[in-house]
Amino acid sequence: MNRVALTSKKFLLPGLMIIALILLVTSPSYISAYKVMLLTSILMYIVVSVSWAIFSGPTGYISLASAAFFGVGIYTAAILGRILPLTYVIIIGGLVSVVLALIVGVITLRLKGMYFAIFTFGLVELLKHFLLWWEINITGTRGRFVISVHSETVFYVMIIIFVAVLLTAYLIKHSKYGLALQSIGEYEEAAEHIGINVTMVKIATFAISSFFIGSAGAIIATRWTYVDPYIAFNPIFSFMPVLMSIFGGLGQLFGPVLGAAFFAYLEESLITKFPYHYMLIFGIILVVAILYLPDGLIGLAKKWKKGSLSSGLVELLQKRQKGRKEV
Amino acid sequence: MVLEILDILISGLLNGGIFALIAVGLSMQYGVARVLNVAHGEFIMLGAFFTWTLYTMLKVNPLVSLVICGPIVFVIGYFLHKTLYRRIRLSSESQGAFEGNSMLASFGLLFIIQNLAILRWGSGIKGYSYLNFPVNLGGAMFAANRLVTLLFAVAICIIFYLFLTRTRLGKAIRAAAQDPDAAGLMGVNINQVLALCFGLGALMAGLAGSLLSMSFRVQPTMGLEYTVIAIIVIVLGGLGSIPGSFIGGFILGLVGSIVSHFEPGLSLVAYYVLFMILLLVKPTGILGR
Amino acid sequence: MRILEAESVTKYFGGMAAVSDVGFHVDKGEILGVIGPNGAGKTTLFNLISGALPLSSGEIRFKGRKTSGLKAHQICRLGLARTFQLVKVFGNLSVLQNVMLGSLFGKQVVTSQADAMREAMESLEFVGLAKEINAPAKDLTLGNQKRLEVARALATKPEVLMLDELMAGLNPTEISEAIADMKRLKDQGITIIMIEHVMKVIMSVCDRIIVLHHGKKIADGTPQEVTTSSKVIEVYLGDSEIECSTAG
Repeated sequence: MNRVALTSKKFLLPGLMIIALILLVTSPSYISAYKVMLLTSILMYIVVSVSWAIFSGPTGYISLASAAFFGVGIYTAAILGRILPLTYVIIIGGLVSVVLALIVGVITLRLKGMYFAIFTFGLVELLKHFLLWWEINITGTRGRFVISVHSETVFYVMIIIFVAVLLTAYLIKHSKYGLALQSIGEYEEAAEHIGINVTMVKIATFAISSFFIGSAGAIIATRWTYVDPYIAFNPIFSFMPVLMSIFGGLGQLFGPVLGAAFFAYLEESLITKFPYHYMLIFGIILVVAILYLPDGLIGLAKKWKKGSLSSGLVELLQKRQKGRKEV
Repeated sequence: MVLEILDILISGLLNGGIFALIAVGLSMQYGVARVLNVAHGEFIMLGAFFTWTLYTMLKVNPLVSLVICGPIVFVIGYFLHKTLYRRIRLSSESQGAFEGNSMLASFGLLFIIQNLAILRWGSGIKGYSYLNFPVNLGGAMFAANRLVTLLFAVAICIIFYLFLTRTRLGKAIRAAAQDPDAAGLMGVNINQVLALCFGLGALMAGLAGSLLSMSFRVQPTMGLEYTVIAIIVIVLGGLGSIPGSFIGGFILGLVGSIVSHFEPGLSLVAYYVLFMILLLVKPTGILGR
Repeated sequence: MRILEAESVTKYFGGMAAVSDVGFHVDKGEILGVIGPNGAGKTTLFNLISGALPLSSGEIRFKGRKTSGLKAHQICRLGLARTFQLVKVFGNLSVLQNVMLGSLFGKQVVTSQADAMREAMESLEFVGLAKEINAPAKDLTLGNQKRLEVARALATKPEVLMLDELMAGLNPTEISEAIADMKRLKDQGITIIMIEHVMKVIMSVCDRIIVLHHGKKIADGTPQEVTTSSKVIEVYLGDSEIECSTAG
């Protein structure tokens, strides 16, 4: 009996995932074109968030470079879209991101904590302003047109990247390198002293995770048709994955997926009518998530499942009480 | 040639004064309260908008606005620390976790303040004209309001420095910056001091905003650029060092005016390049140990 | 056979010599004690040997091969493992995962997670932690966290094990257990270098002792030779530390 329950549980999750994937792949035949676009956006945010969480989740290094990788992918599509087939453009978009990540990785080896976050954020702004100067003064354009692709093609490519990033994240998490990344997040020095090549593991993971952000940028650019440095290197793409992952829960693979799906949906339903309200809500949720959801939605769900949500609240209140006393 | 150099130097100093003021403010927040407040520029924006509103609605002299806007922004900053950052401080496992969480929370704050401002004042560019006549400085011409800005910025920084070094409260703040635990043991109310520092940082941002509004455009999205400059300056001057931030502000101002003399589009790029090189070569800052 | 040799090892911190012209060797299978007052440079010496810090000058050789200049992880993979004065266990990982990391990345890298788990269990059994394998490391007592660090170091399959104040903060029972553990390690052929303040331990397990003072080596010999050396007595006279430690 027990064994049956165990095996069925073992097959339940992969089974559900395959069914979900089949539903996703066949969806254009029974949902509206608008819904396909919405799904594409959700998938894009999931890709960016999961990629971000592959490196930053376990190590605790807050990377704000996502927008740089995304922008690099976008500009790859803008520049090469006319001369190369789509597949190459997407792969090259990913590879250029990898190269950028390797460079950043090698030069930021010595930076710890806040400095890494500041540096990576500076990188986005540096690329943006340099590109803007370059486009205006050297190439004589401000923005570029991107060859557009059928929205269903964009959708299917995004599904492929989505599956690839989930698989990669899963494999890394369950390999010895996943464990190593966590140990780096806890005590980098101790990790080095048990034989982990900390530098290599960090740089390699950072580079691998950047590939998916770059290729997601390359494919989504075809939907935007016009890009300029401000659109391509929008810092919001650095913050979004951080917020989405924290909100969903960093400890689990599905945390960032959940968070990304939630915000992508929220964005899609609010941004055209109330863009500023959306950004306002974005900020409020970020603050609330940091204050009240240390383990994200996934953590909340787990507590609830255990029936300890009420005790969790008690704990929270006690903490508050303690805080008061300290004043 | 001489005139050109004079021109570059003076405009570097004019920019540098404001850079120094906003960096000293951020230095208080990061150096003492350990909050890398990415919403620093939003307090500058608030100061600028308050001043603009007072001037266009009630014809209040912008220099008088300083004493109105400053306290308002101070109170906002003070209570933000009392509520938001103190809670994060209590719930964070370690110093590193606190710095990460508080930086992310300040990103949230950035979006909240900026979009509230857009909803209130619209996203357009605002401005007004005050002391907008040219002054001849040895052949180089500058608007009077920018000279006034420099004067006030330097004066505020000096007053603030005297406050830190000469008063009891200032000494308590410096003790808290050195070693919060020891300061706590010696009877310094650490929560109070941290909130005060955060408020003072906001105060300086607000004053900088008031001064800026006399000579630059005012817009809800203007903040981030100044935040970035402030971050670069405090890294340049050595994190947490008030004199370092002051001098760093002028250095960055000069770098900016030199670069924009030759290639105006590249001044921001130059800031970032300088900043990244600095982070890699000497993350403790040029004046740091 | 000399397994580890240090030759005029020197380390400056901004003009101050933390370790100055220190030379010593360790024979295979030996237990070497490193003692000296606080600030004598003992932990710095460990950091130099293990590659946490680069040398200012001098040379360190492991089995005849120069290790100074190598990275910490490379030195570990050659067969030199260490523990830390202030425990550095991976608090949010389970006890088992902490030790598995040692087998997965240490000297004899195992490829499968199952092998790593088996090896980790062996190390955990050795230190007596086999019952708490699923607990997060941060929930262990200090004594058990120190055991965990030893198990993690052992899982890297070291030939030389460096223990930095293993006994500090342990109660007398735990100290006796740790002494027994060390003797068993020695029987398995593992060479041990230990920094220790607890003199009882030093006297009962060390084959040889070196004494550091202000970054310099002032004595080198058997426990009897060292404790009767006038130079050592002079250093420790007026320094109440040694008595306190003996008591603790």
